[in-house]
Amino acid sequence: MTDRSTTGHEVAPIGDFSLEYASAPESTAPVRVASQYGLFVGGEMVESASGRLAPTVNPATGEALAEVSVADAADVDRAVAAARTAWEGGWRDLPGAERAKYLYRVARLLQERAREFAILETMDGGKPIRESRDLDIPLAAAHFFHYAGWADKLDYAFSGRRASPLGVAAQVIPWNFPLLMAAWKLAPALACGNTVVLKPAPTTPLTALLLADVLQDAELPPGVVNIVTGDDAAGAALVAHPGVDKVAFTGSTEVGRAIAAGVAGTGKRLTLELGGKAANIVFDDAALDQVTEGIVNGIYFNGGQVCCAGSRLLVQETVADTVVGKLQRRMDTLRVGDPLDKNTDIGAINSQAQLNRIQELVASGVAEGAELYTPQCTLPERGFFHPPALFTNVSTAHRIAQEEIFGPVLSVLTFRTAEEAVAKANNTPYGLSAGIWTEKGSRILWMADRMQAGVVWANTFNRFDPASPFGGYRESGYGREGGRAGLLPYVELVA
Amino acid sequence: MSSRLAVNKTYKQFIGGAFERSESGRSYPVVGADGQLLAHAVQGSRKDVRDAVAAARSAQGGWAGRTAYNRGQILYRVAEVMESRRAEFCAEVLRAGDGGTEEAAAEVAAAIDRWVWYAGWADKFATVLGGANPVAGPYFNLSVPEPVGVAGIVAPDEPPLLPLVSRLAPVIVSGNTAVVLASEQCPLVAITLAETLALSDVPAGVVNICTGRRHELVPPLAAHVGVDSVDVTGCAPELAADAARQAAATITRVVSASAAERQWADESAHSPYLIDAFCETKTVWHPKGR
Repeated sequence: MTDRSTTGHEVAPIGDFSLEYASAPESTAPVRVASQYGLFVGGEMVESASGRLAPTVNPATGEALAEVSVADAADVDRAVAAARTAWEGGWRDLPGAERAKYLYRVARLLQERAREFAILETMDGGKPIRESRDLDIPLAAAHFFHYAGWADKLDYAFSGRRASPLGVAAQVIPWNFPLLMAAWKLAPALACGNTVVLKPAPTTPLTALLLADVLQDAELPPGVVNIVTGDDAAGAALVAHPGVDKVAFTGSTEVGRAIAAGVAGTGKRLTLELGGKAANIVFDDAALDQVTEGIVNGIYFNGGQVCCAGSRLLVQETVADTVVGKLQRRMDTLRVGDPLDKNTDIGAINSQAQLNRIQELVASGVAEGAELYTPQCTLPERGFFHPPALFTNVSTAHRIAQEEIFGPVLSVLTFRTAEEAVAKANNTPYGLSAGIWTEKGSRILWMADRMQAGVVWANTFNRFDPASPFGGYRESGYGREGGRAGLLPYVELVA
Repeated sequence: MSSRLAVNKTYKQFIGGAFERSESGRSYPVVGADGQLLAHAVQGSRKDVRDAVAAARSAQGGWAGRTAYNRGQILYRVAEVMESRRAEFCAEVLRAGDGGTEEAAAEVAAAIDRWVWYAGWADKFATVLGGANPVAGPYFNLSVPEPVGVAGIVAPDEPPLLPLVSRLAPVIVSGNTAVVLASEQCPLVAITLAETLALSDVPAGVVNICTGRRHELVPPLAAHVGVDSVDVTGCAPELAADAARQAAATITRVVSASAAERQWADESAHSPYLIDAFCETKTVWHPKGR
């Protein structure tokens, strides 16, 4: 993974010169966006039963990119039936080594078409091209590569038991990492011998639909993966479908709760990867310049639209002023704007609805008495943008310290002792991730033992790898994605 | 009769990424199952073995320093390139042994699939073979497998391709580099494999292949202080015992394939424990405390 932090050059006048960055826009030439998209069912693109379409919007311009099918219950029915047929018709009995070869093909095709996928991801979702190019797409390919290797090694993953596939998996994914989340869901499910109906998020369906192209080129048997686009109703119909054996959902805790309630009593397996309110904990002995980059990466990566974002900074009182000062200076150099510009640090917010939510929570922070800092920066006139924001004078009771904002907004709190840091870090219903910054190794491990969080980063943040399990404690969900642990949600262990 | 005269290949050793004749200038005739001359292979010397060990040694740190993902992709690339040169491998296997076309095709397919299988282990064997140890105290304690360093591999005689791949892939997947003594009887396909490796992003020196007389080359390989582990699967019992005696002086590990691992076409011939056989276990302790 490449370092996403940027070494900010101050835009400062030198004599008569001003060191402005020239724009470095990525070309959209490699991408062909169709005017309309159908559903991917049984190995081909088909029209939805109702013929209903909805636009998918480029959040950087506010303009529609294409019209995408809105699946209804009849479409979901058809997709689940196709997945069932594919499962019973051969996929479940295919030797692991052959499943592996299909997944390796998908990985290689994604690598070959990486640039096209990266540009499309940025056009449809608004994230900086630097992130889609260096993180989302390569990591998506890596996930397929990793799980390809597991497909014929399940006997070694679960010693003493045989891993048997579950059947048809219903997978509902979010809009913040569209292709990457599709890869996280599809790769382990297919490796273990399941078939899938995948439902992308309504605002970011295009890379999943391009993935359908890749699956066809890989000659994946028809029906092994089906992709139904649509709104929340389509997702609800999918997870409620009686023909589904397994449900995997990534998204908000609120929707996760509803899905868990709906699945209750049906015998379906369920894994949930939900919200977070991660603490990034900085001790006074930490390398503060490194910390500054880490905090910026932790909260402003993908505009903070990350479930594991380090949205609460817990900083030891003695260095609080220093850290906040460094942060503010660093924030001043962040470039907000055109996501297709290779210089851009913070791109567009994914949708108008999300921008509204961020603005509402920022307003609540001000109203509750916290102090807001945002750098002077000009936002583009069109599209959905929010400047990087930092709140000081935050108390643990404030909404901005409790609720997931899912935007480029950092809340700073302070602590005196390690015990206090633990108490404050764990003082949310969530438990997805945590960050610890100190030069003292024993303290890292002592803290890590006490974090109610599924992932603990020490002296780094927002690191992802196909070999490393990811997932939450408490109301951040259950189940893991990545590594050997990521296989477990997709198998039944039999003697 | 074709009017065009075939261009015959010169089979050389593969050392440090280059194809070289022996410094000794020697060669020996290699004949097919029908007794026909196939080519003159290089008859390597103990000096060639030393050069190969030096090449393996200098490549080892860089290879082990690659990410596991990268090593996995490179091993997979070997499979991709072999697949595209299947016809060549089939012809090579066919003329080396006394099997038929179908057997040759099956051996080549199994060899390719074995590369794919081990490619997938690159970023998994540490998960399966290593792990956290719950010691009775406030300590973080983690065991991880690490490559032993440079491995010497004495390839079995026949069939000529699959056993070689079966012994080589688990050695290099973890970050070891290798010095292979090709089958004495059928060395040519090993050199064709070397050509494939050279085209597959395998860095120079990661795999080195010498050809020649085992009785001459095995003792210096096993005795070499730069060799950390030696696989004597291709040695007859007496030579294997001699290699073990040579290896003892530098506490070099001696590995030999079990009966199950010698069922080359079976799944029993591949295993993550074979990767482990060429790894050390490193355990890290660190205190926990405020």
